[in-house]
Amino acid sequence: MSSASYADAGERGTGGLPIRLTGSRSPAWWGTVWFCATEAMLFASFLGAYFFLRGSVEAFGAEGGRYVPLARPLVMTALLLSSSVTAWWGERGIERGEGGRLRIGLAATFVLGVAFLLIQANEYASRDASWTTSAYDSLFITITGFHGAHVAGGLLMNLYVQLRAWLGHFDAERHDAVSNAVLYWHFVDGVWLFILAALYLSPRLF
Amino acid sequence: MAGPVERVDLAALATRLEESWHTPKTLYGRLTTVDHKTIGMRYLATAFVFLLLGGLQAGAMRAQLARPESHLLSPEAYDQLFSMHGTTMIFWYASPVLSGFSNYLVPLMLGARDMAFPRLNAFSYWTFLLSGLFIYSSALGGVMPHGGWFAYVPYTNAQYSPQLNMDFYALALLFLTISSTAGAINFIVTIFKTRCPGMSVSRMPLFMWSTLTTSVSMVFAMPALTAALIFLELDRRFGTHFYDPVRGGTPLLWQHLFWVFGHPWVYIVILPATGMASMIIPTFCRRPIVGHVYVALATVSTGIFGFGVWAHHMFATGMPALSTAFFSAASMGVSIPSGIQIFAWLATIWAARRHVLATPMLFMLGFICLFVIGGVSGVMTASVPFDWQATDTYFVVAHLHYVLIGINLFPVLAGFYFWLPKMTGRMLSERLGKWNFWVLFIGVNLTFFPMHVVGLRGMPRRVYTYPAGMGWDWLNLVESVGAVVTVVGIALFVVNVLWSLKRGVPARANPWGAATLEWATSSPPPEYNFTVIPTVSGREPLWEAHDALLGPADQEDVQATDPARAVGHATLHGAPRHEGAVVRLQEWRVLDEGKETLESTLLDADPQAVLRMPGDSLWPLVLSLALTGLFAALLFKSPLWTALAGVATLGSIAGWLWPTAATFPPRRAA
Repeated sequence: MSSASYADAGERGTGGLPIRLTGSRSPAWWGTVWFCATEAMLFASFLGAYFFLRGSVEAFGAEGGRYVPLARPLVMTALLLSSSVTAWWGERGIERGEGGRLRIGLAATFVLGVAFLLIQANEYASRDASWTTSAYDSLFITITGFHGAHVAGGLLMNLYVQLRAWLGHFDAERHDAVSNAVLYWHFVDGVWLFILAALYLSPRLF
Repeated sequence: MAGPVERVDLAALATRLEESWHTPKTLYGRLTTVDHKTIGMRYLATAFVFLLLGGLQAGAMRAQLARPESHLLSPEAYDQLFSMHGTTMIFWYASPVLSGFSNYLVPLMLGARDMAFPRLNAFSYWTFLLSGLFIYSSALGGVMPHGGWFAYVPYTNAQYSPQLNMDFYALALLFLTISSTAGAINFIVTIFKTRCPGMSVSRMPLFMWSTLTTSVSMVFAMPALTAALIFLELDRRFGTHFYDPVRGGTPLLWQHLFWVFGHPWVYIVILPATGMASMIIPTFCRRPIVGHVYVALATVSTGIFGFGVWAHHMFATGMPALSTAFFSAASMGVSIPSGIQIFAWLATIWAARRHVLATPMLFMLGFICLFVIGGVSGVMTASVPFDWQATDTYFVVAHLHYVLIGINLFPVLAGFYFWLPKMTGRMLSERLGKWNFWVLFIGVNLTFFPMHVVGLRGMPRRVYTYPAGMGWDWLNLVESVGAVVTVVGIALFVVNVLWSLKRGVPARANPWGAATLEWATSSPPPEYNFTVIPTVSGREPLWEAHDALLGPADQEDVQATDPARAVGHATLHGAPRHEGAVVRLQEWRVLDEGKETLESTLLDADPQAVLRMPGDSLWPLVLSLALTGLFAALLFKSPLWTALAGVATLGSIAGWLWPTAATFPPRRAA
């Protein structure tokens, strides 16, 4: 049978088993979870390198971290955390079949993410040191830069899902792509908390 | 598991499935196919070509080292050869060849019709192939990597290696990690979610445990390599200071990151091979493996231990005593789960119902011998004072070759003799196989055993030549003669494969009388693997009265209508006996509305949903080519081309993910 016959197959496949898969029923959800796991290990390696150099090399230059102003990163944290809330709110909307709420949630998330990146760019511009100054600066820029790139990647996913939402691809039973993009967004936000703790807060503590 | 039951004409069902799953044998069909069996065989063939390339490089080195003060090769050429030999064997042969077996076998052993992500699977293969071509293209400019396979800084920084050599290494490996990670996630989700009904976690074949452990290790270990390579490229290209001790970095950071990845990687390239041993040895002993659960647990704990032993590669770097003590203990500890596996195999052989000494079993016996030798020299080097003496000598070279040849190459060849008949439908020659085994076994021992001795006599590894009279001369000559014998052994294997393709005896569905589901379907299997989704009620479905292709509810009906197909009958003779029968099946076992396979629950493997599988697609190849362009642009530092290739990459991802009728079926008409 050709794929056209799916139109007649109804919402249930053979044997009465479901064919519209969301959450942990969807292989794509599992794939996203494991993708996040490997990405988490990448950031763990970055942060591990940071603490290894800080702990073992005298000339590392981490004392510079004590004087990084906290205002910007705290605002950035607030932006990202609230963007997770808006993303969650939009996803809950489509779970109830409210396409409009999904689109608003995605748009709000997008705006908050862009604001995060703008403040990050502003922080880079205000730094005296470049990433070739010391190993500390190399790590600081690489870690925050990679995270920024991940935020940008999440924003591209957001746009893609927004486009498909406008085309009416999603409803209460079918929103696999939304769930996976939102899951990834939460993950990128979670990583930021570790970066905040390691690069901005910990130099003031020890 | 209850569901509606329907009467099914199996021959008509096979025809319908054929229509949905068929890939035409045209050029376009070959470039777009997502069939895990085709992809698996491509992996195997490509990895084998890389094995031959790495072998040629080793041959050149053995020619150089056959006598002292030899000048066949310049020092730079020798550096490039040993670096490419190690890099090729470890990254482009040892792991991908196992991915090839896993690709081919995992869905078949699980009773599924394909991997969970068929297109991602095709993508993994293309990126593996293209990353290999990428690193080998460095030969065109004479700038092959020359920093050894673990590329220690500062040898590899911009000051001591100013050409493109190490950029090829770093970018090609970054490229390859994409392939490995995508493949690993695919295996994990496939094993988690597409096992056939009845195959609860406790009934999974042991090869599934080793593939699963390996894949999880890859997911967690590869990023450390990614981080190390990113730092290296940034240091080389942009003047950052990660590895620069003058500005707050340290070369030891490279060593830590590399071995945090590198030691789990050692288990990644051996665990699937031990899983093969746990499949093949019981088959030729005609009994289930002894200690199934303990072997599964030992496999998983080896994977976990693998993350706690990395610094045993760094005992000579002057780490704190507490660290060396910890890593020394962990490195000795890892021999416990390895020991459990070895004793389980030995006990299985001991308690065999019958001994069948076919070629796959011979290779497995050779594997156990080499594993023990490599394991003993491993425990020796785990002891810190001994390691200080032996590190960077030929003793270590001997150890790692016994481990990698013993635990990777021998099981791989056993696997070829065992499963190639399933793949090609032709048996290999047993007679040639026995010659193959003995020549190779003698060649390998002749080549590598003397390396222990020259190592203990102080010969450092990676020297391009050596003076006469150090007590190394005749041993090196023996090693080089052994290398020639090894080459003959490998050549016999190639001849055997080519011969079997033309003249081999046609293989039945289950030529070895093995126990697991890949043998329940024909050799080679149809494109859809199984006409009906199998069910299992134990760990050795084909050795049990339960019929994998006709479940408990279905059998009664068959028995009632046709006494000749009574319970157990079909089990003994394999799937093809069912052809043409009209049987009653639970509906979810049919799945014929397009490309479909069954999704099941994580622990118990109860039927959960129907998975709609994507059709053939050009996107995996397009995305791989876009990535090749991206890495080439990065290599030549072209901002314009980097941007263009980046856009092409993102565009390919978007195109790939755009819904099709198959992956995103339209709504039911209201």
